[in-house]
Amino acid sequence: MTLPVILFFICGAFAVAGAILLILARAPIHSALALILVMVSLAILYLLLGAEFIAAVQIIVYAGAIMVLFVFVIMLLNAGVENRTNWSKMAKYAGLPLGIFLLLEIAHWVWRSSVGARMANGGASQAAFSTRALSMQLFQQYLFPFEATSILILIAILGALVLAKRSE
Amino acid sequence: MDFISDHAVLVVSLIKIAVLLFVVMTALAYLTWFERKVVARIQSRWGPYYVGAHGLLQPLADGLKFLFKEDVTPPSSDRFVYILAPFLALSLALTTLALIPFGPPGIQVFGQPVFVVANSNIGLLFLFAITSIGVYGVALAGWSSNSKYPLLGGLRSSAQMISYEVSLTLSVVGVLLLAGSFSFNGIIEHQGGNIGHWHVWPQIVGFLCYITAAIAETNRVPFDLPEAETELVAGFHTEYSSFKFAMFFMAEYANMITVSCLATILFFGGWLSPFPASWTWQLFLPGAGLIALGLYCLYDTVKEMRGIAQLQFAVVTLLCLGGGAICLIPRVMPIVQGPFWFVTKVGLFIFVYVWIRGTLPRFRYDQLMSFGWKLLLPVSLANLVGTALAILLVKR
Repeated sequence: MTLPVILFFICGAFAVAGAILLILARAPIHSALALILVMVSLAILYLLLGAEFIAAVQIIVYAGAIMVLFVFVIMLLNAGVENRTNWSKMAKYAGLPLGIFLLLEIAHWVWRSSVGARMANGGASQAAFSTRALSMQLFQQYLFPFEATSILILIAILGALVLAKRSE
Repeated sequence: MDFISDHAVLVVSLIKIAVLLFVVMTALAYLTWFERKVVARIQSRWGPYYVGAHGLLQPLADGLKFLFKEDVTPPSSDRFVYILAPFLALSLALTTLALIPFGPPGIQVFGQPVFVVANSNIGLLFLFAITSIGVYGVALAGWSSNSKYPLLGGLRSSAQMISYEVSLTLSVVGVLLLAGSFSFNGIIEHQGGNIGHWHVWPQIVGFLCYITAAIAETNRVPFDLPEAETELVAGFHTEYSSFKFAMFFMAEYANMITVSCLATILFFGGWLSPFPASWTWQLFLPGAGLIALGLYCLYDTVKEMRGIAQLQFAVVTLLCLGGGAICLIPRVMPIVQGPFWFVTKVGLFIFVYVWIRGTLPRFRYDQLMSFGWKLLLPVSLANLVGTALAILLVKR
């Protein structure tokens, strides 16, 4: 086993564990922390695949900006511990087996696809994007969708402002 | 020996990490001494004086005191998060230093550059990534203490750090446009030549925005609202005691060092000398500076010091003179140039930090927020657009 493979399994385990913890944790802030763990592990996985820029942006945007807002809101509302419900029969007898089946199916197809083969070969892919190549694509080929997305986000922010102001 | 040459990256990196940690921890300790001395000077006091000559052993005494204090955990706190927060704060603050190049990449051992732990192509982005999750240390500390003042302090600091991070990042993009690189060495090498090529001249607006946002980002006076004593007792770390408190303290100082290093790299030419390369006498500066300091210490030892302090200061004198002599050895001389200039510039920045702390009063919270969003952000945005336009026009 080479170092990238070992790192891959460690980060993968952390990501999965974080995701499970996110659902199982009862205090909202613990769920938020678990989600941050997932995002940081994913960033390291991107790094192993050679996508430095995506990894950094993953941490800056998701772990750094979005999750800080989540934590901020949880702190502001001082959200308490959630109550556990009894499992519904539906979830127990239909949901759980179906969920496991879905996971196995995804694992099967990933394993058979070229992505799985490449990951098994130790991470670092040949299609690694340099920051320059990425920005060339983003600002030349995909310029219109890029700008359209930014306008869409702006409209969403304005909409949120209007909704917040109306309730006053 | 085979193992070392086979795993050069791993072995050399581990050694570099150990050395960097030792140097930075010592620097952190003496930064507190430096700050207390300078602030004392500004306020016409003596500052630490009795523990060691000129209070030089005060950081050691403080560290021991922190270690032996009782470590209190509030019973209603969220234990796991309460313990996690200071670790998060300190480890993230120290991680950023791994990306900083303290000297030119050309000086190598086993094919690895000596003066940087992690030489990344997108060092600047990684640094921002790590600082952007640095907020959690403070926010979680405030929340997990489960007490009024820490919660308010934590909320304030998260709001402040999010707000100023935007301006901090935007103010730096101008430099990126000029240098055309994310890597620290690329940015520094773009400023090569002499003092006139430093980015601070074309990017003076960006620099002023950066330094303002940086002070706010590190929660220092005049933006130290998260720990405004008069309103919030001690802000987010009110409930922390003993070494956990010390960890927050160290994290704050480590952040100060990182931000100063970044300012040096981006705007002041990093490890480059301010003089043109043809002035060969500048090679003697590191050694000469240390020897001058040693001579001053010698004067102090003989004239001012008495008793045990005289002995301690004699040691300091010998260290300075010996270090200066080593720096003058022809083989060592070119190696110490980079670190010498880097440390000098960073030291100047830290002095400015302390100077500001000793001089300015604290902002009010609403002033802080409206200043950040209504003045700093538009100015740094305008600087970015202006720089982009200028580059476009010049290149045409």
